[in-house]
Amino acid sequence: MKSAVVVFPGSNCDRDAATALEQATGHAPVMVWHGDTDFPEVDLIVLPGGFSYGDYLRAGAMAAQSPVVRTVIERANKGVYVLGICNGFQVLTETGLLPGALMRNANLKFVCRTVNLKVENTETPFTGGYDREQVIQIPVAHHDGNYFTDPETHKKLVQEGRIAFRYCADESIETDVGGNPNGSLDNIAGLFNENRNVLGMMPHPERVAEAAHGGTDGAAMFAHLANSLS
Amino acid sequence: MENPTVKARVHITLKNGVLDPQGKAIAHALDQLGFGGVNDVRQGKYIELDINESDPDKARATVDDMCAQLLANTVIENYSIELDG
Repeated sequence: MKSAVVVFPGSNCDRDAATALEQATGHAPVMVWHGDTDFPEVDLIVLPGGFSYGDYLRAGAMAAQSPVVRTVIERANKGVYVLGICNGFQVLTETGLLPGALMRNANLKFVCRTVNLKVENTETPFTGGYDREQVIQIPVAHHDGNYFTDPETHKKLVQEGRIAFRYCADESIETDVGGNPNGSLDNIAGLFNENRNVLGMMPHPERVAEAAHGGTDGAAMFAHLANSLS
Repeated sequence: MENPTVKARVHITLKNGVLDPQGKAIAHALDQLGFGGVNDVRQGKYIELDINESDPDKARATVDDMCAQLLANTVIENYSIELDG
């Protein structure tokens, strides 16, 4: 699998994403600067976490207008896989590649902790490495992760099985967690586009991809992508 | 010889029904300060633009495009535009 990681001014999770991809594929992804309008053909494009443009105006709003994003949209529409993590998810909703919006956390706090995620749809290259309804532990670190969309779109997402992950409280697992960290609608932590080739998620799988991280639940995402896409 | 310019004032507000916890925090703080009788607070953004354009209709159309494409997220926000000659 060939992959690329887009770097905006203010992105700060690009290196971790690149490390996780290199670990899964055996070679480094190409790093693409936001000002470039072209980059090599790849199987997976990652929009990493961070504070692109300082979150000025709205998180992800100005990054979504970057030259490179026009190319990302074209490729996504042709079926190239795109993974937006945290700020990357915000960029994806600002472009319209994913519906809805990520708003300020309902409790107004920047939340930085491990959460439980229930994997709702395992029939995609992103999530095929998990079992249906498996609960995984992934860290979040965000101020604007409160997912919102209108009722009709929400109904569509549910009917079409496009919700990828929901926050959940799992009392059987003893970690510092507890349900929904940001008030997002229907506990939505990540969702797919109609074609299921674009995934946006607020939690950071690249931060639990190797034993030294203190958790490895994110590794299965990158490993399955590497095995599925080429 | 000045280039004709127009000042546009844009107000961006959350749509009805969209949660505004920052507005609620402000309402709470006002209450703590002793300003009773505040039923609700909604917080928005105000942006001023100074643009090169003499025709007010063209200016308004341009600013409208700016709002729709960047300044407002029309999933959750409304906007209104006022022009000063």
